Amino acid sequence: MSQKTLFDKVWDAHVVKNEIEGPQILYIDKHLIHEVTSPQAFNELKERGVPVFRPNQIVATADHNTPTINQHLPIKDELSKKQLKQLAINCKNNGITLYDLGHKYNGIVHVMAPELGLTQPGMTIVCGDSHTSTHGAFGAIAFGIGTSQVAQVFASQCLLLKKPKSLRVNVNGSLHPNVLPKDVILYIISKIGTNAGTGYFCEYAGTVFENMTMEGRMTVCNMSIEMGARGGMIAPDQTTFDYLKDKKFAPKGEELDEKIAYWKTLPTDKEAVFDKEYTFDAAEIQPMITYGTNPAMGMIINEAIPKFEDVSFKKSLDYMDFKAGGSLLNKTINYVFIGSCTNSRIEDFRVAANYIKGKQKAENVTAWLVPGSKQVENQIKEEGLNLIFENAGFQLRQPGCSACLAMNDDKIPAGEYCVSTSNRNFEGRQGQGARTILAGPLVAAATAIEGKIIDITKTVN
Amino acid sequence: MEKFTKITSTAVPLDIENIDTDQIIPARFLKATDKQGFGNNVFRDWRYDNLGNVNPEFIFNNPSYKGKILVAGNNFGCGSSREHAAWALVDYGFKVIVSSYFADIFKGNSLNNGLLPIQVSETFLKKLMEILIAEPTVQLEVDLEKQHISVIEKNISEFFEIDTFKKNCLINGYDDIDFLLSKREAIKEFELSRN
Repeated sequence: MSQKTLFDKVWDAHVVKNEIEGPQILYIDKHLIHEVTSPQAFNELKERGVPVFRPNQIVATADHNTPTINQHLPIKDELSKKQLKQLAINCKNNGITLYDLGHKYNGIVHVMAPELGLTQPGMTIVCGDSHTSTHGAFGAIAFGIGTSQVAQVFASQCLLLKKPKSLRVNVNGSLHPNVLPKDVILYIISKIGTNAGTGYFCEYAGTVFENMTMEGRMTVCNMSIEMGARGGMIAPDQTTFDYLKDKKFAPKGEELDEKIAYWKTLPTDKEAVFDKEYTFDAAEIQPMITYGTNPAMGMIINEAIPKFEDVSFKKSLDYMDFKAGGSLLNKTINYVFIGSCTNSRIEDFRVAANYIKGKQKAENVTAWLVPGSKQVENQIKEEGLNLIFENAGFQLRQPGCSACLAMNDDKIPAGEYCVSTSNRNFEGRQGQGARTILAGPLVAAATAIEGKIIDITKTVN
Repeated sequence: MEKFTKITSTAVPLDIENIDTDQIIPARFLKATDKQGFGNNVFRDWRYDNLGNVNPEFIFNNPSYKGKILVAGNNFGCGSSREHAAWALVDYGFKVIVSSYFADIFKGNSLNNGLLPIQVSETFLKKLMEILIAEPTVQLEVDLEKQHISVIEKNISEFFEIDTFKKNCLINGYDDIDFLLSKREAIKEFELSRN
């Protein structure tokens, strides 16, 4: 029998029919939706007079365009209010479960679905959001889609797709202490570039990922799209099964045992061949930071900004007001954001709290700590982390995408730098004229305390 | 969807790499619940400064450069999956985007909106960019049937790849939903076979 990859096994199990040259009809198990990329898809169905085919396989949340303070009050921005209201109406009219603002399961779509056990190994999962790749951490095929495709899944629970090529990124060895999953993925992207994965679906393999928690694996898979890959996956193992065991919508008892037996068959066969493969040594990875306007423009925190001659590179450094060959150490930073679907899980806030405990936030810094979901927010309080944050001068906000894309009021002012645990440092991503420096939660916490970027490799080790 | 066969037009050269969908349409304009009007805000923060003044440096604001074809640097459309980027480009008047590389999701979104992404070689793109910047009145011809893009008066052209299914969809004005709806019975059978 031919040797298959994890991706092949999940993909092949979802192909409805192989009847035409070109695209295949791929069946989608779970469709996640939110307020920003779904309204036009609902309109499309309405115009065609087509009902939603499988409403029970769709789950909705409000996250992109929601305030992160005073969520109990009416939303001030009229357009945002209308968009959220439209989502509620569309869900109600079509029999779709919605975890609306304030609901105990509300949160960023890529945080709330895994923590509810909606995300499971071997599934196909889509959402009108490019960071849907997050769910690949469970060994699911998960990827972002456009609104036309959201309408296609509404209408047929399927998509027409060409099977992507296969890519494997191996990282073996042991990570240095205080090197976080975010550093691992920023390192990988800095080495292979923003389009190395275009046309591919990625699998992350090796001891580094095997030893990672589910939260860490989600951080890694989340940023697959930043190297162009539609999705990233990690083989399900005991860590995955243990995480899922008690989750609300995960299978239970005998059903779970049966599922686990199946999930254990999913990892890539030993002799399977990938179209492209990269291998890195964990020992080379240190805390990372970005200096430019795409996520591949990253470096180890104490390195110098590289020198390149091309126009796009120079344009990028001009925007950031950085100099090629310069260092970012001691750079004054006035804004810090800990949140987003990349780094807003309980583990990220534990890392931050552990560093912050007993220290005081620098006076020049405005810091936004935004949990990924209601459940994360509650857990932060249960563990008393909120007290650590408050004593250090931080304010914990309410869940949402927040300053990652700045659709709501959480915007970084023009010209200001923000050390951010989010996933994109594009021009204006966090607000018009704002300058984003991507990093993990430890570097973000240290920046908030010091008011500037420090060499965390020296301080913490 | 409108049918697409052949287009002859001048083009706008945008010689920047890694243009992400946040630049094409910034997130603050994604609050609408319909598809209309995004063209007003396409490349908003490159066309205007923070105070709303026109940025004369940006090529879209140079009246010499216009047309239904946008020619852009490598890796166009990376980042967010927002289909609003494709809607904005179409609404602004573009029918074709030429680059040496397209991000996957953007490419799919474009095709689903009758906007043709043409992937050309690095060399051809470089040549094209040089010609267009120097001579903005030069006409490009895009023939979808023959899968050819050419600069007629310069006698240069290149063949481009496109998925056969997608090509037929564009030529006939079909979209994926029509096709998937016709396969509902097969989809139901598939669902039963899995239980």
